[in-house]
Amino acid sequence: MSASNPLTDEQLAANFADITPPLTNDAALLEANKCLFCHDAPCTIACPTHIDVPAFIKKIATGNLRGSARVILDANPFGHSCARACPVEVLCEGACVLNDRDEQPIKIALLQRHATDYVLEKKLRLFEPGRRTGKRVAIVGAGPAGLACARDLRRFGHDVTVFEAKDQPGGLNTYGIAEYKLKADLALAEVQDILELGVELKTGETIASLDNLLADYDAVFVGIGLGSTKRLGIPGEDLPGVVDALTFIEHLKTHPYRETPVGRQVVVIGAGNTAIDAVTQAKRLGAAAATIVYRRSEADMPCYHYEYELAKRDGCGFRFNAAPQRIIGNGAVAGIEVRTPGGTETIPCDMVIVAIGQGERTELAWPKDDPRVFVGGDCANGGAEIVNAAAEGIEAAKRIDAMLTGGDAM
Amino acid sequence: MADLRTNFAGIESPNPFWLASGPPTNTYGQVAKAFDQGWGGAVWKTIGEPIINVFSRYGSVDLGANRMMGFNNIELISDRPIAGNLKEIAEVKRNYPKHAVIASLMVESKQKAWHEIVKQTEDTGADGIELNFGCPHGMSERGMGSAVGQVPDYTCQIVGWVKEVATIPVIVKLTPNVTDITYIARAAVKGGADALSLINTINSIVGVDLTTFEPQPSVAGKSSHGGYCGPAVKPIALHLVSAVAGDAAVKIPISGIGGIATWRDAAEFIALGAGTLQVCTAVMHYGFRIVEDLTDGLSNWMDDRGHRTLADVRGRALPRVAKWEDLDLNYHLLAHIDQDKCIKCELCWTACEDGAHQAIRRLPRDNGGPVVEIIEEACVGCNLCAAVCPVQECITMRKVPNDYAPVTWKEYAAGKGKLAPRSEQFHTATWSPSAKH
Ligand SMILES: Cc1cc2nc3c(=O)[nH]c(=O)nc-3n(C[C@H](O)[C@H](O)[C@H](O)COP(=O)(O)OP(=O)(O)OC[C@H]3O[C@@H](n4cnc5c(N)ncnc54)[C@H](O)[C@@H]3O)c2cc1C
Ligand SMILES: Cc1cc2nc3c(=O)[nH]c(=O)nc-3n(C[C@H](O)[C@H](O)[C@H](O)COP(=O)(O)O)c2cc1C
Ligand code: SF4
Repeated sequence: MSASNPLTDEQLAANFADITPPLTNDAALLEANKCLFCHDAPCTIACPTHIDVPAFIKKIATGNLRGSARVILDANPFGHSCARACPVEVLCEGACVLNDRDEQPIKIALLQRHATDYVLEKKLRLFEPGRRTGKRVAIVGAGPAGLACARDLRRFGHDVTVFEAKDQPGGLNTYGIAEYKLKADLALAEVQDILELGVELKTGETIASLDNLLADYDAVFVGIGLGSTKRLGIPGEDLPGVVDALTFIEHLKTHPYRETPVGRQVVVIGAGNTAIDAVTQAKRLGAAAATIVYRRSEADMPCYHYEYELAKRDGCGFRFNAAPQRIIGNGAVAGIEVRTPGGTETIPCDMVIVAIGQGERTELAWPKDDPRVFVGGDCANGGAEIVNAAAEGIEAAKRIDAMLTGGDAM
Repeated sequence: MADLRTNFAGIESPNPFWLASGPPTNTYGQVAKAFDQGWGGAVWKTIGEPIINVFSRYGSVDLGANRMMGFNNIELISDRPIAGNLKEIAEVKRNYPKHAVIASLMVESKQKAWHEIVKQTEDTGADGIELNFGCPHGMSERGMGSAVGQVPDYTCQIVGWVKEVATIPVIVKLTPNVTDITYIARAAVKGGADALSLINTINSIVGVDLTTFEPQPSVAGKSSHGGYCGPAVKPIALHLVSAVAGDAAVKIPISGIGGIATWRDAAEFIALGAGTLQVCTAVMHYGFRIVEDLTDGLSNWMDDRGHRTLADVRGRALPRVAKWEDLDLNYHLLAHIDQDKCIKCELCWTACEDGAHQAIRRLPRDNGGPVVEIIEEACVGCNLCAAVCPVQECITMRKVPNDYAPVTWKEYAAGKGKLAPRSEQFHTATWSPSAKH
């Protein structure tokens, strides 16, 4: 692996700039006025948090940006980051009725960003904590699931303390989402809005057992996400130059770009969305070649189609039906041996990024049958999207509130 | 949070947004649903001797891809029996005591008929009565609706009959199909009206089918002129509301109607003197749910501007509606193009060159610099270029300071005041077929 990055600071900044620029005011107005304002709208149904999409777009059309952002954030506290990182092609925009008229769908994500950027820039405070109930809830994990739950519990008036293992809150929003989609400072600003409702945050606290929390709090929500990247289980995996995707991306997102080491010839193992994020970011960081190596066929790739397209546009390479056998090298990675239908072959490379999925968290086990323990997000759904984590956090907040106040969860 | 509560001629409602008399207020079910979704009041679909409607009743005007920018109808008043309508009005009022429930009435022009219907209406507990003197089609052929509202004496007389028995507020709904609406408004005041509402629909034919030559909407090959409404009529309604609100002989509350679709429209009506707002077409297009942004948008705007109650806004624009002869002739403007924003479409050039004052110069496209610039000596500050420009705030109108005191036409014509020097170089257009444009 080369020690110094071949790109200039300007090139690096350009490579990691927002992948889609924001809408201008003109463009937002035009786009908003194209929305048909459907009833029982398919876009709203497709969104896991069921944001009332036609309502927030109509408000952009009438110039009520604050009201628009409120509709979005009321349904989804992570409306800012979802506008940047949601797979909208398979969610709201994929459901837009204009697709059925053979037209481009409404640019829902960009409109959502237009409205939420407005309140973030103006630092408008849209929500207030509810009247204090005196009930106390502990939340483990300050990712989208835990913080969405915290936000709504505060609106219900409960006291909330969030325990987070890392130094910074936000979970993968801060540490994992591709840099060109969402930067850590924006993720943290979004989190700040939630904390300002009076959420107590304790960072650097890894919870190893729920026993104490269950003794001190009325309910506990667990949103600890998934664990680290699974191991390949092949020889050479511990050579310098082999890194797992999450570590690589986290380093990139928390350091000046040129401080993250990248090879000249990078191989990424796996073909999920994380593998795509790893290969595109390796390329954008200056790798001369960045190639996905995948043991199955193109049709089997688990990543979204548009993510695959992005990687191709970025000039990344793809080797299908190539199953890694061992990583070779003498003190540093020199290549990877793969089995192909045509026999065994060595692909030369000086860096290997492993992206074959995350395992479950093993540090914390939680009782599955305690009615005071609730769970949501990646650790409950096996790994999905920000919007699912947010939806599950909100849903849990409703159920916790119902339990604490003796009401019905809606 | 801004306070949207409204007291209109003694009628209270949680907000100023009322459904206008029309199809959305046909039944108990509709009005109850609308109240649950946030509407502050409703004027029931006009009640009278039940009528028989034609099939195909509505015509629509699209603007490019935008549907229903104008809308018309040839439907008559309610086709349901009076007793059933009144029963449902009573039920709505009973179940929604805090909302404004208004009965819209239209019967033949006989004192006895009016006395009877007014008494029956009062028994429902309705908060007020609206007299439909505005329906411009069908009913007017039978001597009702705008046939009444177009003649000041009839208007005054029938309002008088109604006021002889009414104990609840009486709102007179005016037709815009007159030469000067203030005459009718004053006649209504003279007859004892407690409030006015305007506008009802405007006489119109929305289009002709070019294959069959049937005017639209077609009923077995023929059509009749119908009432025009929707976003297209808002400017006409704003003018008529301001004319009535600004008339010293009127001075009673006004309910603004005509093309209201957004909270901005509503705020404009209020600024020109409206106490409540009535909406029909926008609800027919998008449903009752639009009230959410009407109230939310209005209240956010009021908060942002520091207006606490509707009274803080009401009529704020009225003192600024003046006669032409009282406008300042020494207020000079110049168009200004922000070249950084310009996308080089040259729409301003062609508009000014062919449609205004030849005050924009074209520059060669291959220079890479600006392609249009204002000829300051020729610009008369008319606003056309800014109106056609597709980029927000690219062309703005800037004040040109001068040392002259303001002078109005009235003063100037009377020999008072001095005109500041103005562009001399106007109307310079030349044309030869060989010149390349
Ligand atoms: C590389 C990558 C890219 C992604 N890109 C996208 C994308 O573009 N769009 C999208 O919608 N989704 C994307 N996702 C998925 C998305 O990030 C997750 O679905 C989402 O973050 C899940 O939220 P969560 O709150 O469940 O978990 P996390 O975001 O993982 O948060 C869990 C938090 O709990 C903390 N924690 C864990 N254990 C403990 C403990 N014992 N004590 C205290 N704290 C603990 C962790 O430090 C962490 O902060 C991506 C995921 C990855 C890995
Ligand atoms: C289909 C239709 C039926 C209407 N019926 C009545 C009516 O029965 N009585 C009445 O006073 N006005 C009636 N109106 C007029 C409306 O109340 C309103 O004055 C007019 O449509 C302008 O408002 P808008 O632009 O919001 O529609 C009707 C309008 C429409 C479109
Ligand atoms: S809107 Fe309803 S009543 Fe009118 S034509 Fe369509 S289906 Fe029939």
